[in-house]
Amino acid sequence: MKKGYWKYVVSLLILAIYLMPIYVVVVTSLKPITNLEPRLTLPKEIYWENYVRLFRDTGILKAILNSMMITAGTLILVVVVGGMAAYPIARMKNRAGNIARVIVMGVMMVRGMAMVVGLYSVLSSMHALSTYWGMILVDAAFGLPVAIYMYSNFISSIPDVLDEAAAIDGAGVFGTFWKIIVPQLKPVTVSIVVMQGVSIWNEYGFATYILQKPDMYNVTLVVKQYFGEAVKDLNGAAASAVIAIIPVVIVYLLLQKYFVMGAVDSAVKG
Amino acid sequence: MAKRKRIMYLFYLPALCIILIFIARPLAETLYISFCQWNGYSSTKKFIGIKNYLDIFRDSHFKTVFINTLIYGVMSTLLQNIIGMASAFFVNSRFKGNGIVRVVIYLPIMISGLVMGYIMYFFFTYDRGVLNEILAWFGREPVNWLEDGTRGVWIITLINTWQYAGNCMIIYLAGLQNIPKTYLEAAEIDGAKRWQRFKYISLPMLIPAITTSVIINLIGGLKLFDGIVSLTNGGPNYQTHSLVSYLNSQYFLKEKAGYASAIGIFTFTFIMVIVIILNGFLQKRRVET
Repeated sequence: MKKGYWKYVVSLLILAIYLMPIYVVVVTSLKPITNLEPRLTLPKEIYWENYVRLFRDTGILKAILNSMMITAGTLILVVVVGGMAAYPIARMKNRAGNIARVIVMGVMMVRGMAMVVGLYSVLSSMHALSTYWGMILVDAAFGLPVAIYMYSNFISSIPDVLDEAAAIDGAGVFGTFWKIIVPQLKPVTVSIVVMQGVSIWNEYGFATYILQKPDMYNVTLVVKQYFGEAVKDLNGAAASAVIAIIPVVIVYLLLQKYFVMGAVDSAVKG
Repeated sequence: MAKRKRIMYLFYLPALCIILIFIARPLAETLYISFCQWNGYSSTKKFIGIKNYLDIFRDSHFKTVFINTLIYGVMSTLLQNIIGMASAFFVNSRFKGNGIVRVVIYLPIMISGLVMGYIMYFFFTYDRGVLNEILAWFGREPVNWLEDGTRGVWIITLINTWQYAGNCMIIYLAGLQNIPKTYLEAAEIDGAKRWQRFKYISLPMLIPAITTSVIINLIGGLKLFDGIVSLTNGGPNYQTHSLVSYLNSQYFLKEKAGYASAIGIFTFTFIMVIVIILNGFLQKRRVET
């Protein structure tokens, strides 16, 4: 037998274990409820009715728009505000810079859902419940520390000399940031956008407290509603799960290089 | 230059405001509520001192919940690192299609924990669950997988391990690719066996990656929430709850906001202490090697 043959056997086994859940949910969503064949079998004919009902009878379309809006809003905020805050952190080698670094690392340890009671109470007093801006600001707040961490590491690797040269040429702080730093941030920005985009799209915990009106639901809340209410219509619910995962899987397959970069860069180095 | 510095401080401001309002203030508020009796919506909060914290120790479910959380955290971390490191070595070895394996192992991380729990429902449910269908092929009786809480905890741990092992793999892969090839080649020429090369070269050089990966996964496991909600919702009889999912059920369903806050502060402190201790321990090891 050829050497290295076992690697292909192991690979096939890994692919089977890792792809089976997705296979099962997709196949289930393409069978009618009345189909009692094993979940693992392929449908004899493709049954689209689950998707038709999903888009006709539930608020999934509105939820997709809501999720897109919340994701986009949060990402813009995280990138702009996070990139700005990272600049002085990376450049100031003094106490203020150190304190800011420690604060960012400390905030990264705060687990959102552990303090949901206080968060809810604060949002309620600000009239931020059932608002998109409330949802966006909360997602942004919890996304910012990692973004600041990644941006400041990246900016630290850009030589100071460039900043100084720009300053001597008469550029202000903002001008230097805009002309020297921002153009170089593209790869790290893409990493931040794809990684945080996926986690915002998938977010459930905060959303369940903040987005209380059904027409404000994001996609995960609709999936939860479908599985929760219609236990008997598992095929329809499977269709909602497929709709929830399709966008992130496509983004991942297209941009997986940036996910890998992001996973490595965001890893807090001890 | 002093003026430039002052302008630089302005760059912090937006981020600082958002973090203060939406992280620091809610944290302080949670701490305050943890000393109060409150149902979560009425306008009055009654200050009752540390009673909520004392209640934690009187709560008959709490011990189970705490142990579950440790299992979710520690066992997932252990398994994820073993699987992650093994798959990093596997994918790093040269063979056609290793890229596909890497892409597929990382894929489940894209899927929401909540949705993954529902997908897993198709596997573990008694009636027409995929696992029971497979058992039936082998002529075995179906098993009611989620009927027993202890088994439920292990199932959730395994799902969590499976879903996020790709993170470890990526971190170890980056670590492996940083090891200069010449080291391994030199050792091979000197007659070091495969296992010796792993033990004396690869492993020590992976210590920073191990530190990172252990801490990230431990935090991830200890704060596990979404997947529990969708697969078991903490049941049967509170036996599969984690600290975070339990405090949410106390708050949302039982309207015990004060008690939920006390558990929240406990969880927060607990995770922080563990991470700080572990970080110190792993840092020390790094110096020694």
